[in-house]
Amino acid sequence: MNRASLIFAALLAVLVPLSLLAGRVWIAPADFGPGNTLLILAELRLPRAVLAITIGAGLGAAGAAMQGYLRNPLADPGLFGIAPMAALGAVASFWLGTAIPPAWAAWSLPLMALAGAGLGMTLLALIAGRTSSDAAGGAGGGIALFTLAGLMLASLAGALTALAITLAPNPFALSEIVMWLNGALTDRSWREVWIAAPLTAAGVAVLALAARSLDALTLGEEAARSMGVEPRRLLALLVMGIGLTVGAGVAVAGIIGFVGLVVPHLVRPFTDRLPSSLILPSALAGACLVLAADSVLRVLPLVTELRLGIALSLIGAPFFGWLLLRMRQGRL
Amino acid sequence: MLAADNLVLARGARAVVSGLSAVLQPGTITAIVGPNGAGKSSLLLGLAGLLAPASGNVSLDGDSLARLHPRVRAQGIGYLPQAPDIAWDVAVEALVALGRLPWRDRGTAAIAAALSALDLEPLRHRPVSQLSGGERARVLLARVLAGEPRWILADEPLAALDLAHQLSLTAHLKACAQAGQGVVVVLHDLGLAMNHADRVLVMKDGRLIADGLPHIALAPQVIAQGWGVRARWLGEPESQALIAAEEPEQAERNRG
Repeated sequence: MNRASLIFAALLAVLVPLSLLAGRVWIAPADFGPGNTLLILAELRLPRAVLAITIGAGLGAAGAAMQGYLRNPLADPGLFGIAPMAALGAVASFWLGTAIPPAWAAWSLPLMALAGAGLGMTLLALIAGRTSSDAAGGAGGGIALFTLAGLMLASLAGALTALAITLAPNPFALSEIVMWLNGALTDRSWREVWIAAPLTAAGVAVLALAARSLDALTLGEEAARSMGVEPRRLLALLVMGIGLTVGAGVAVAGIIGFVGLVVPHLVRPFTDRLPSSLILPSALAGACLVLAADSVLRVLPLVTELRLGIALSLIGAPFFGWLLLRMRQGRL
Repeated sequence: MLAADNLVLARGARAVVSGLSAVLQPGTITAIVGPNGAGKSSLLLGLAGLLAPASGNVSLDGDSLARLHPRVRAQGIGYLPQAPDIAWDVAVEALVALGRLPWRDRGTAAIAAALSALDLEPLRHRPVSQLSGGERARVLLARVLAGEPRWILADEPLAALDLAHQLSLTAHLKACAQAGQGVVVVLHDLGLAMNHADRVLVMKDGRLIADGLPHIALAPQVIAQGWGVRARWLGEPESQALIAAEEPEQAERNRG
């Protein structure tokens, strides 16, 4: 565990109790007792906090790995097709609506989103795996083609999602789809936690396996291969890790952008800047960011709660602009 | 021993090295030279096991590279690409430590030895963005040395360096060869090859047109054949300079 992990673990330890107390109904630490307070904590705020931590951790780790793989500090795991494909799966479940047997209704959305993420991962691995440069050909397009394959997948999934929206079977489904696409953590329960947490943990573990290979990419693809990195194995680990973390996040909370882009930048100054030093602290920092953002949204005095996905994009887009400016000045 | 046996390398459908054989000896500096597009860098990639042969074979001490596990190959052969951009602004020591990746260990002693061999100890904590071109070239070579490879394959390691830094990096490479490592460098500057290599391979159109001691492999008639220029060597051994002029007929063709 490095310095950055300790810092963000400590921050998370402070944020968790604060987030449990914050909300429409403030809970003072003295109020702990039987009745509503305990119910609010155990069944509403605690699962919501755990879910925020899970999703933030997955997005943070995925962002750190993605930036390392693409050797680019402006990369975001959301760009590479998996999140849009997961969203497409979820939208399809809205579309099917009543066609799904009632016993399955509660699970259909996350499961179809996961299926979408899985399909996205498979397509990405197939396309990019074919084109990634390796010892057999050496003339492949490698990382550039991976990026383009991801963008292709993202725009295809986006177009199909838009099609599903315009052809929505009824206005109710339409508004549900649109609401859901802007991710949020409202009204989530332990069920979502049980879906997302194990998958995210597995995904972060897979990304951690790829960490040292990502370090080798610091000097470019050829140097990395000369140090024993196998491009296909790295690609497989990366697609699986990103697919599990991002797919699990979208399945339970909808699309939450920019966390993966922003978080590694917050972490980098505390590390030696190699991707392997970023993955675990980025998971912790991502957890802090999503938990803090979700808690702040709960207490903002608005008529309806601002959607988490929208709020993070409102913060994230200007941050992206600021990164671009810094990059222009050669300070990134 | 690093040996290419009837090696054919292709980039896409185009053959860039066509049937080349050479047995390279450790403890020496071998320079690969040739005009642009002769296949020098491709040959180096092939020797490093990073470009799989279309046919033929490259072997390290008798083992075919194609059959070695990538990590075992990486432990034996260090490869220094031409002026790579460094994606992250890491400190010198962290960058050099990447050289231990094939071994999956901390390799503290090897890293310290590599830093010291290239006089980088005072810079160990400096971010790579704040290095001069010469310092950067030393750091990149130190990364290779930290892996303690038996072979060091470097693609134009001296290209972007000024005269003094060229000589200092050459001295470091010579020290590696004296310590028993095999050093293979692609060079553009024939003077450097003439003065510092133990053996020179001259390539043209994917084939060897000369192979041997520098003064033989870089004789004026070879230079005329390879580059189409009239040239002669001036000066003392180990500090010779090439004086070149276009061959009259070649000049005619170039202007044609």
